[in-house]
Amino acid sequence: MDALLHQVLAGLATGGIYASLALALVMIYQATHLVNFAQGEMAMFTTYIAWSLIEAGMPYWAAFILTVLTAFMLGVLIERLIIRPVGQAPVLAVVVVFIALLLILNSVTGWIYTYTIKTFPSPFPAQPLFGNRYLSSHELGAIGITLVVLLLLYAFFRFTPLGLAMRAAAQNPESSRLVGIRVGWMLALGWGLAAAIGSIGGMMVAPIVYLDPNMMSGVLLYAFAAALVGGIDNPMGAVIGGFLVGVLENVLGAFVIGNELKLSVALVIIIGVLLVRPSGFFGRVQVSRV
Amino acid sequence: MILELSGLHASYGATRVLHGIDFKMEEKSITTLLGANGAGKTTTLRAICGMVRTEGEIRFGGQKLGNRKTEDIARLGIAHVPDGRGTFLHLTTEENLRLGAYARKDRANVARDLAKMYEYFPRLKERSQQQAGTLSGGEQQMLAVSRALMLAPKLMLLDEPSFGLAPLVVRELFGILRTINAEERVSMLVVEQNAAMALDLADHACVIETGRVVLSGTAAELKKDDAVRRSYLGY
Amino acid sequence: MSRKTLVLAIVLLIVACALPFVVSNYRTFQFTLVLVYAIALLGLNILTGYNGQISLGHGAFYALGAYCTAILMDRWGVPYWATIPVAGAVCLGAGFLFGLPALRLEGLYLALATFALGVATPQLLKYHLLEKWTGGVQGIVIMKPAPPFGLPLNPDQWLYFFTLAIAAVMFILGWNLIRGRIGRALVAIRDQHIAAEAMGIHNALYKSLAFGVSAMFTGVAGALGAVAVQFVAPDSFNIFLSIVLLVGIVVGGLASISGALYGALFIQFIPNIADEISKAAPWAIFGAFMIGFVYLMPTGVAGAVRLLTARRKAP
Repeated sequence: MDALLHQVLAGLATGGIYASLALALVMIYQATHLVNFAQGEMAMFTTYIAWSLIEAGMPYWAAFILTVLTAFMLGVLIERLIIRPVGQAPVLAVVVVFIALLLILNSVTGWIYTYTIKTFPSPFPAQPLFGNRYLSSHELGAIGITLVVLLLLYAFFRFTPLGLAMRAAAQNPESSRLVGIRVGWMLALGWGLAAAIGSIGGMMVAPIVYLDPNMMSGVLLYAFAAALVGGIDNPMGAVIGGFLVGVLENVLGAFVIGNELKLSVALVIIIGVLLVRPSGFFGRVQVSRV
Repeated sequence: MILELSGLHASYGATRVLHGIDFKMEEKSITTLLGANGAGKTTTLRAICGMVRTEGEIRFGGQKLGNRKTEDIARLGIAHVPDGRGTFLHLTTEENLRLGAYARKDRANVARDLAKMYEYFPRLKERSQQQAGTLSGGEQQMLAVSRALMLAPKLMLLDEPSFGLAPLVVRELFGILRTINAEERVSMLVVEQNAAMALDLADHACVIETGRVVLSGTAAELKKDDAVRRSYLGY
Repeated sequence: MSRKTLVLAIVLLIVACALPFVVSNYRTFQFTLVLVYAIALLGLNILTGYNGQISLGHGAFYALGAYCTAILMDRWGVPYWATIPVAGAVCLGAGFLFGLPALRLEGLYLALATFALGVATPQLLKYHLLEKWTGGVQGIVIMKPAPPFGLPLNPDQWLYFFTLAIAAVMFILGWNLIRGRIGRALVAIRDQHIAAEAMGIHNALYKSLAFGVSAMFTGVAGALGAVAVQFVAPDSFNIFLSIVLLVGIVVGGLASISGALYGALFIQFIPNIADEISKAAPWAIFGAFMIGFVYLMPTGVAGAVRLLTARRKAP
């Protein structure tokens, strides 16, 4: 029982990270109907930026904020320069561009920072809160940060005019143009936000899995699984999906299939959801008319 | 002149749909564009909003529109109520209305205008927190018109506002349009297939056939015109 | 086949046969790998180029073929040449089976599912329950085959010719497939799948078949690759392998048989050249080339070649 509780809680911690990345994926999917295969690498790259800042002596939270801002700008840049030109291209071309982005980010990082594993600091104290034996302070902190980010995002989209405009642009670009919304910039903004959220996820996961250019490929897979489970066009679903996948991964890994096969859990979830209920548990069912 | 089209050609890809439209519209008038299906009425509206490839000149309040993007044209003060209404189906009624005011510089007046819309269309107020997709056809049309008005536009383009609506509802809607035209001094260009009701609503009218203007004048003149009566009014 | 193409193919074959005798052993080995990749790319092209089903996980089939060969040779002493058809058959079945559920996935979703497969492959290969066959993390070492019948060739040269022969067979097979009814059906399904179904093409069958055949080609390539490299280990079959194959068909040319060859040359030799710059550079270069080709030369090298030769033919 004890061990189960431990796995569930640890699963919630990593689940929060998956939820962040899943949210980033869903945001881009909602606006563009595209799956950003490079989301993980973008998060990884920006986490390295944070690492550089911290190594240079900047205090953690200052580096955190600067990184989030830089990630935002990087997202906007990528959308404007690389993604926008492919807008109307066939699916394969778009997938290829995303994969190319993945490769470039991964290799540039390896080039600049080498492939040696680095440690990444956690802003949370080393001792578990109240001396509890279930969750480290970092895990608790990661859950906390995830929830704060999600709350802020929700408030942004629900209550601000810009958030409303972004939602509109994602749902109905043509009508949005008719009311004067600059749809192109809404997309860029969406990418910026997604990149920023991803960077937070990266900074939360790095202390756990250690910093290395390939650290996000597994995380990305879980994030895909989470986004699909929740419904790839539903942000709330992505969040719930993230926590669910995190817990499933840990529980199945510890008690059923062993830790080595944990990634296969993601694979099975992805294929399973795509076959059984492609719109996820909370997403809108798409009917395609012939 | 609020709107002037000179030698306007428009194409969808390789297919040319408008073959040199010449058209003038005075400020504060309600003008209707009549014509059969496929004549190019909708295309004319879309051309004004920069949604199709055009050649020729479009002047709005004397200003050439050139190659401006749709969203920039909207920001100049042209509100387009499109074919099919273009409602944001998954947002609430009120969110739809607020989006109309998104690009406005005078944010202080937005709340006042929102209240005014609810006055013109009380049914929208009842459904203000409902998802727009659940509104009836007539209500969605009212929502589309209100949303356009929230832009505080100088010119409104309406594409078949009577489509799919019961005659009584159309009468109500057109009555409100008349009121809005008088009170808010918004010019209106209304594309309609229902020629009878359109000619009752409008001051001026223009008939388009296969991408060309074939007849124009006051609504009263066109109502009496034999060709119009036979082709579009059915008697 | 037009006479010109036939002549070209024969000339190519002659050049290919002469190659091992004029270049070093190491170069011969590299060209063997070019042939291996060419077969793999042909496989991927059948699925993605001609049939429009995006696969980001073909490395899994390559790995399956490679491990078939390795396990058969190492655990059961099967001679290397006999393992090739077995690997092909196994992959044909596996591909077809994967193709069945994949029928329900389109475009981006299929890419996602195959991406997941590609990422999960190394972990699946390392699974401890299978260790007794797969050799776990350490993998399996294979002995390099000696030339038979006492032919006056060194092992590298023999392996090259063996691979060349199989490549020739596979290419002829692929060419026949594409030019025939099946190929046309695949393309019809890619371009207008609703119309294709309405015309009586059994979409489900053909699409699964495409998956199976494509996997078979790539599996055969994997088997040959394993023999050439003499080693299989889980981490050599990670997601980057699948990505490299994708790079190959994009650069070489989608829906093109010659494209497989151009692509193979690209993915084999560019990393060698790029390695001079930095260990990480090959991937950045792949990425840059992919983007470049998508924007500037979407039909790949094969398309460019076709364009150039077509222009020359016109008066």
